Amino acid sequence: MSSPTSTTTRYVIEAEVMPKQGVNDPQGDSILSGLRSLGFAETARVRCGKLIRLEVDAESEDAALAQATEMCEKLLANPVIEEFELRAVPGNQAGA
Amino acid sequence: MGDSVKVGVILFPGGNGDHDALHALEHDLGYEVHGIDYRETSLDGLDAVVLPGGFSYGDHLRCGAIARFSPVMPAVREMAEAGKPVLGICNGFQVLCEAHLLPGALLRNASLRFHSFDVFVKIEGAPTAWTQHVEAGTVLRLPVAHGEGAYYIDADGLASLEANGQIVARYCDADGAITDAANRNGSVAGIAAVCNTRRNVVGLMPHPERATNALIGNADGLCLLNSLVKTAAGALA
Repeated sequence: MSSPTSTTTRYVIEAEVMPKQGVNDPQGDSILSGLRSLGFAETARVRCGKLIRLEVDAESEDAALAQATEMCEKLLANPVIEEFELRAVPGNQAGA
Repeated sequence: MGDSVKVGVILFPGGNGDHDALHALEHDLGYEVHGIDYRETSLDGLDAVVLPGGFSYGDHLRCGAIARFSPVMPAVREMAEAGKPVLGICNGFQVLCEAHLLPGALLRNASLRFHSFDVFVKIEGAPTAWTQHVEAGTVLRLPVAHGEGAYYIDADGLASLEANGQIVARYCDADGAITDAANRNGSVAGIAAVCNTRRNVVGLMPHPERATNALIGNADGLCLLNSLVKTAAGALA
Protein backbone atom coordinates (compact mmCIF):
# COMPACT_ATOMS: atom_id res chain seq x y z
CA MET A 1 0.00 0.00 0.00
CA SER A 2 3.06 2.32 0.09
CA SER A 3 3.23 5.20 -2.35
CA PRO A 4 5.50 4.89 -5.38
CA THR A 5 9.13 5.77 -4.81
CA SER A 6 12.19 5.82 -7.03
CA THR A 7 12.92 2.22 -6.03
CA THR A 8 9.64 0.91 -7.41
CA THR A 9 8.78 -0.14 -10.91
CA ARG A 10 5.33 -0.09 -12.45
CA TYR A 11 4.27 -3.64 -13.28
CA VAL A 12 1.33 -4.62 -15.42
CA ILE A 13 -0.58 -7.50 -13.92
CA GLU A 14 -3.58 -9.16 -15.50
CA ALA A 15 -6.17 -10.80 -13.28
CA GLU A 16 -8.35 -13.32 -15.08
CA VAL A 17 -11.54 -13.88 -13.09
CA MET A 18 -13.68 -16.84 -14.14
CA PRO A 19 -16.84 -18.48 -12.86
CA LYS A 20 -15.94 -21.55 -10.82
CA GLN A 21 -16.67 -25.05 -12.07
CA GLY A 22 -20.30 -25.87 -11.39
CA VAL A 23 -21.42 -22.25 -11.25
CA ASN A 24 -23.99 -21.44 -13.90
CA ASP A 25 -22.65 -19.17 -16.60
CA PRO A 26 -25.60 -18.04 -18.71
CA GLN A 27 -23.40 -15.59 -20.62
CA GLY A 28 -21.08 -18.42 -21.66
CA ASP A 29 -24.06 -20.58 -22.62
CA SER A 30 -25.51 -17.75 -24.66
CA ILE A 31 -22.21 -17.14 -26.48
CA LEU A 32 -21.99 -20.88 -27.19
CA SER A 33 -25.41 -20.93 -28.80
CA GLY A 34 -24.50 -17.81 -30.79
CA LEU A 35 -21.32 -19.44 -32.08
CA ARG A 36 -23.17 -22.60 -33.05
CA SER A 37 -25.81 -20.67 -34.90
CA LEU A 38 -22.97 -18.96 -36.81
CA GLY A 39 -21.83 -22.39 -37.93
CA PHE A 40 -19.09 -23.07 -35.38
CA ALA A 41 -20.62 -26.43 -34.62
CA GLU A 42 -17.36 -27.75 -33.20
CA THR A 43 -17.52 -25.34 -30.23
CA ALA A 44 -18.00 -27.61 -27.24
CA ARG A 45 -18.15 -25.20 -24.35
CA VAL A 46 -17.79 -21.51 -23.55
CA ARG A 47 -17.11 -19.94 -20.18
CA CYS A 48 -17.25 -16.17 -19.91
CA GLY A 49 -15.28 -14.27 -17.25
CA LYS A 50 -13.47 -10.98 -17.04
CA LEU A 51 -9.96 -9.67 -17.43
CA ILE A 52 -8.81 -6.91 -15.11
CA ARG A 53 -5.54 -5.18 -16.00
CA LEU A 54 -3.75 -3.60 -13.07
CA GLU A 55 -0.75 -1.32 -13.04
CA VAL A 56 1.02 -1.78 -9.73
CA ASP A 57 4.05 0.07 -8.37
CA ALA A 58 6.22 -2.43 -6.55
CA GLU A 59 9.82 -3.27 -5.81
CA SER A 60 9.66 -6.54 -7.71
CA GLU A 61 7.36 -8.55 -9.92
CA ASP A 62 6.75 -10.95 -7.06
CA ALA A 63 5.77 -8.07 -4.79
CA ALA A 64 3.39 -6.77 -7.47
CA LEU A 65 1.85 -10.24 -7.85
CA ALA A 66 1.49 -10.54 -4.09
CA GLN A 67 -0.38 -7.23 -3.98
CA ALA A 68 -2.60 -8.31 -6.86
CA THR A 69 -3.37 -11.58 -5.07
CA GLU A 70 -4.56 -9.65 -2.04
CA MET A 71 -6.67 -7.39 -4.29
CA CYS A 72 -8.34 -10.42 -5.85
CA GLU A 73 -9.00 -12.05 -2.50
CA LYS A 74 -10.48 -8.89 -1.02
CA LEU A 75 -12.38 -7.40 -3.92
CA LEU A 76 -11.75 -8.42 -7.51
CA ALA A 77 -13.05 -11.98 -7.24
CA ASN A 78 -15.82 -13.42 -5.09
CA PRO A 79 -14.54 -16.80 -3.86
CA VAL A 80 -18.11 -18.12 -3.57
CA ILE A 81 -18.58 -18.03 -7.33
CA GLU A 82 -15.27 -17.12 -8.97
CA GLU A 83 -11.65 -18.18 -9.23
CA PHE A 84 -8.78 -16.07 -10.44
CA GLU A 85 -5.40 -16.39 -12.10
CA LEU A 86 -2.75 -13.70 -12.23
CA ARG A 87 -0.02 -13.12 -14.73
CA ALA A 88 2.60 -10.44 -15.09
CA VAL A 89 2.44 -9.04 -18.61
CA PRO A 90 5.81 -9.59 -20.36
CA GLY A 91 7.85 -6.43 -20.75
CA ASN A 92 6.17 -5.19 -17.66
CA GLN A 93 6.76 -1.45 -17.94
CA ALA A 94 3.47 0.37 -17.96
CA GLY A 95 2.71 3.57 -19.75
CA ALA A 96 3.61 4.33 -23.37
CA MET B 1 -47.62 0.60 18.10
CA GLY B 2 -45.03 0.78 15.41
CA ASP B 3 -44.00 4.30 16.25
CA SER B 4 -41.59 3.19 18.93
CA VAL B 5 -39.58 1.16 16.43
CA LYS B 6 -36.69 3.05 14.84
CA VAL B 7 -35.60 1.73 11.45
CA GLY B 8 -32.65 2.96 9.42
CA VAL B 9 -32.55 2.68 5.63
CA ILE B 10 -29.08 2.95 4.13
CA LEU B 11 -28.82 5.45 1.27
CA PHE B 12 -26.18 4.09 -1.11
CA PRO B 13 -25.09 6.01 -4.19
CA GLY B 14 -27.03 4.41 -7.03
CA GLY B 15 -29.83 3.18 -4.83
CA ASN B 16 -33.36 3.42 -6.17
CA GLY B 17 -35.40 1.47 -3.63
CA ASP B 18 -34.37 3.55 -0.62
CA HIS B 19 -37.28 5.95 -0.77
CA ASP B 20 -39.73 3.13 -1.45
CA ALA B 21 -38.48 1.51 1.75
CA LEU B 22 -38.59 4.75 3.75
CA HIS B 23 -42.13 5.47 2.54
CA ALA B 24 -43.45 1.99 3.24
CA LEU B 25 -41.84 1.76 6.67
CA GLU B 26 -43.04 5.21 7.70
CA HIS B 27 -46.45 5.60 6.09
CA ASP B 28 -47.71 2.05 5.75
CA LEU B 29 -46.13 0.64 8.92
CA GLY B 30 -45.79 3.64 11.20
CA TYR B 31 -42.17 3.15 12.17
CA GLU B 32 -39.82 6.02 12.90
CA VAL B 33 -37.56 5.95 9.86
CA HIS B 34 -34.10 7.39 9.32
CA GLY B 35 -32.36 7.60 5.95
CA ILE B 36 -28.71 6.85 6.72
CA ASP B 37 -26.07 8.19 4.35
CA TYR B 38 -23.58 5.50 3.31
CA ARG B 39 -20.75 7.65 4.71
CA GLU B 40 -22.17 7.51 8.25
CA THR B 41 -20.27 5.31 10.67
CA SER B 42 -22.80 4.81 13.45
CA LEU B 43 -26.24 3.24 13.62
CA ASP B 44 -26.56 3.77 17.36
CA GLY B 45 -30.13 4.07 18.59
CA LEU B 46 -31.71 2.16 15.72
CA ASP B 47 -33.72 -1.02 16.30
CA ALA B 48 -33.28 -2.36 12.79
CA VAL B 49 -31.63 -1.53 9.49
CA VAL B 50 -32.66 -2.08 5.88
CA LEU B 51 -30.26 -2.24 2.94
CA PRO B 52 -32.58 -1.30 0.08
CA GLY B 53 -32.70 -2.15 -3.58
CA GLY B 54 -31.01 -0.35 -6.41
CA PHE B 55 -27.76 -0.36 -8.31
CA SER B 56 -25.25 0.78 -5.70
CA TYR B 57 -22.03 2.02 -7.30
CA GLY B 58 -23.51 1.21 -10.70
CA ASP B 59 -23.25 -2.53 -10.01
CA HIS B 60 -19.60 -2.21 -11.09
CA LEU B 61 -17.38 -5.29 -10.77
CA ARG B 62 -20.16 -7.34 -9.14
CA CYS B 63 -23.48 -6.23 -7.65
CA GLY B 64 -22.81 -5.10 -4.10
CA ALA B 65 -19.05 -5.62 -4.31
CA ILE B 66 -18.15 -1.96 -3.87
CA ALA B 67 -21.03 -1.04 -1.54
CA ARG B 68 -19.74 -3.68 0.83
CA PHE B 69 -16.79 -1.40 1.61
CA SER B 70 -18.91 1.69 2.31
CA PRO B 71 -18.05 3.52 5.55
CA VAL B 72 -21.41 2.52 7.04
CA MET B 73 -20.86 -1.22 6.61
CA PRO B 74 -18.86 -1.85 9.83
CA ALA B 75 -21.84 -0.43 11.74
CA VAL B 76 -24.21 -2.72 9.78
CA ARG B 77 -21.97 -5.65 10.72
CA GLU B 78 -22.09 -4.58 14.38
CA MET B 79 -25.90 -4.53 14.30
CA ALA B 80 -25.93 -7.98 12.71
CA GLU B 81 -23.54 -9.29 15.33
CA ALA B 82 -25.61 -7.70 18.10
CA GLY B 83 -28.60 -9.75 16.91
CA LYS B 84 -30.60 -6.76 15.67
CA PRO B 85 -32.80 -7.19 12.58
CA VAL B 86 -30.97 -6.50 9.32
CA LEU B 87 -32.82 -6.83 6.02
CA GLY B 88 -31.31 -6.74 2.55
CA ILE B 89 -33.75 -6.27 -0.30
CA CYS B 90 -32.58 -7.05 -3.84
CA ASN B 91 -29.31 -5.07 -4.16
CA GLY B 92 -29.21 -5.02 -0.35
CA PHE B 93 -29.29 -8.84 -0.42
CA GLN B 94 -26.37 -8.77 -2.86
CA VAL B 95 -24.46 -6.42 -0.54
CA LEU B 96 -25.05 -8.68 2.49
CA CYS B 97 -23.78 -11.70 0.53
CA GLU B 98 -20.69 -9.81 -0.65
CA ALA B 99 -20.10 -8.76 2.97
CA HIS B 100 -20.41 -12.42 4.04
CA LEU B 101 -23.18 -11.52 6.44
CA LEU B 102 -25.27 -14.01 4.46
CA PRO B 103 -24.10 -17.18 2.69
CA GLY B 104 -24.03 -17.57 -1.09
CA ALA B 105 -24.00 -15.11 -3.95
CA LEU B 106 -26.33 -13.77 -6.64
CA LEU B 107 -25.61 -14.43 -10.30
CA ARG B 108 -26.98 -13.17 -13.58
CA ASN B 109 -30.52 -14.39 -14.22
CA ALA B 110 -30.45 -17.62 -16.23
CA SER B 111 -32.53 -15.85 -18.90
CA LEU B 112 -29.90 -13.06 -19.14
CA ARG B 113 -32.86 -10.69 -19.03
CA PHE B 114 -33.83 -8.12 -16.46
CA HIS B 115 -36.84 -9.41 -14.56
CA SER B 116 -39.54 -6.92 -13.71
CA PHE B 117 -42.80 -8.62 -12.78
CA ASP B 118 -44.63 -10.15 -9.84
CA VAL B 119 -43.56 -13.52 -8.50
CA PHE B 120 -44.97 -15.82 -5.87
CA VAL B 121 -42.84 -16.93 -2.95
CA LYS B 122 -43.55 -19.40 -0.19
CA ILE B 123 -42.32 -18.61 3.29
CA GLU B 124 -40.74 -21.57 5.00
CA GLY B 125 -38.79 -22.65 8.00
CA ALA B 126 -38.61 -21.32 11.52
CA PRO B 127 -39.36 -17.66 12.20
CA THR B 128 -36.74 -15.02 11.44
CA ALA B 129 -36.55 -11.43 12.63
CA TRP B 130 -38.39 -10.45 9.45
CA THR B 131 -40.87 -13.28 8.96
CA GLN B 132 -42.17 -14.12 12.40
CA HIS B 133 -45.59 -12.67 11.65
CA VAL B 134 -45.86 -15.01 8.69
CA GLU B 135 -46.80 -18.65 9.07
CA ALA B 136 -44.66 -21.19 7.25
CA GLY B 137 -46.39 -22.16 4.03
CA THR B 138 -47.81 -18.69 3.40
CA VAL B 139 -47.68 -17.72 -0.28
CA LEU B 140 -47.00 -14.06 -1.05
CA ARG B 141 -47.15 -12.20 -4.34
CA LEU B 142 -44.29 -9.72 -4.55
CA PRO B 143 -42.65 -7.72 -7.34
CA VAL B 144 -39.09 -8.43 -8.48
CA ALA B 145 -36.79 -6.06 -10.35
CA HIS B 146 -33.37 -7.57 -10.91
CA GLY B 147 -30.85 -8.66 -13.49
CA GLU B 148 -28.67 -10.61 -11.06
CA GLY B 149 -31.12 -12.51 -8.89
CA ALA B 150 -30.12 -16.12 -9.36
CA TYR B 151 -29.12 -17.30 -5.90
CA TYR B 152 -26.07 -19.54 -5.91
CA ILE B 153 -24.54 -21.68 -3.22
CA ASP B 154 -22.51 -24.87 -3.63
CA ALA B 155 -23.86 -28.31 -2.72
CA ASP B 156 -22.32 -28.33 0.76
CA GLY B 157 -23.61 -24.84 1.42
CA LEU B 158 -27.10 -25.82 0.29
CA ALA B 159 -27.09 -28.86 2.57
CA SER B 160 -26.09 -26.61 5.45
CA LEU B 161 -28.86 -24.09 4.63
CA GLU B 162 -31.40 -26.91 4.55
CA ALA B 163 -30.13 -28.46 7.78
CA ASN B 164 -30.22 -25.14 9.63
CA GLY B 165 -33.56 -24.02 8.17
CA GLN B 166 -31.92 -20.93 6.67
CA ILE B 167 -34.04 -20.94 3.52
CA VAL B 168 -36.64 -18.29 4.28
CA ALA B 169 -38.57 -18.31 0.99
CA ARG B 170 -38.61 -20.09 -2.36
CA TYR B 171 -40.20 -19.16 -5.66
CA CYS B 172 -43.46 -20.99 -6.19
CA ASP B 173 -46.56 -20.84 -8.38
CA ALA B 174 -49.80 -19.13 -7.36
CA ASP B 175 -50.88 -22.27 -5.53
CA GLY B 176 -47.65 -22.55 -3.58
CA ALA B 177 -46.11 -25.39 -5.58
CA ILE B 178 -42.32 -25.14 -5.84
CA THR B 179 -41.70 -25.70 -9.56
CA ASP B 180 -38.89 -25.09 -12.02
CA ALA B 181 -41.23 -22.89 -14.05
CA ALA B 182 -41.80 -20.63 -11.04
CA ASN B 183 -38.03 -20.30 -10.49
CA ARG B 184 -37.63 -17.88 -13.37
CA ASN B 185 -34.18 -16.51 -12.54
CA GLY B 186 -32.58 -19.93 -12.09
CA SER B 187 -31.83 -19.82 -8.38
CA VAL B 188 -30.32 -22.90 -6.72
CA ALA B 189 -33.23 -24.82 -5.13
CA GLY B 190 -35.56 -21.97 -6.09
CA ILE B 191 -34.24 -19.87 -3.22
CA ALA B 192 -35.68 -16.35 -3.02
CA ALA B 193 -34.61 -15.48 0.55
CA VAL B 194 -32.13 -16.75 3.13
CA CYS B 195 -31.12 -15.84 6.66
CA ASN B 196 -28.01 -16.21 8.80
CA THR B 197 -27.81 -18.94 11.45
CA ARG B 198 -28.88 -16.48 14.13
CA ARG B 199 -31.98 -15.63 12.03
CA ASN B 200 -31.72 -11.87 12.49
CA VAL B 201 -30.15 -11.11 9.09
CA VAL B 202 -32.40 -11.81 6.10
CA GLY B 203 -31.87 -11.17 2.40
CA LEU B 204 -34.48 -11.48 -0.30
CA MET B 205 -34.68 -10.65 -3.98
CA PRO B 206 -38.37 -9.63 -4.21
CA HIS B 207 -39.47 -6.20 -2.99
CA PRO B 208 -41.87 -6.31 -0.01
CA GLU B 209 -41.54 -2.53 0.35
CA ARG B 210 -43.20 -2.11 -3.05
CA ALA B 211 -46.23 -4.12 -1.94
CA THR B 212 -47.43 -2.53 1.29
CA ASN B 213 -50.61 -0.78 0.32
CA ALA B 214 -53.80 -2.09 -1.29
CA LEU B 215 -54.14 1.30 -2.97
CA ILE B 216 -51.25 0.41 -5.26
CA GLY B 217 -52.61 -3.04 -5.83
CA ASN B 218 -50.75 -5.26 -3.39
CA ALA B 219 -50.16 -5.35 0.35
CA ASP B 220 -48.54 -8.78 0.60
CA GLY B 221 -45.24 -7.23 1.70
CA LEU B 222 -46.74 -5.77 4.87
CA CYS B 223 -46.63 -9.01 6.78
CA LEU B 224 -42.86 -9.22 6.32
CA LEU B 225 -42.09 -5.68 7.35
CA ASN B 226 -44.49 -5.58 10.29
CA SER B 227 -42.71 -8.48 11.95
CA LEU B 228 -40.36 -5.81 13.24
CA VAL B 229 -42.79 -4.70 15.92
CA LYS B 230 -42.61 -8.08 17.56
CA THR B 231 -38.89 -8.51 16.90
CA ALA B 232 -37.93 -5.14 18.32
CA ALA B 233 -39.88 -6.04 21.43
CA GLY B 234 -37.47 -8.93 21.88
CA ALA B 235 -39.85 -11.70 20.88
CA LEU B 236 -37.30 -13.51 18.72
CA ALA B 237 -35.50 -16.04 20.84
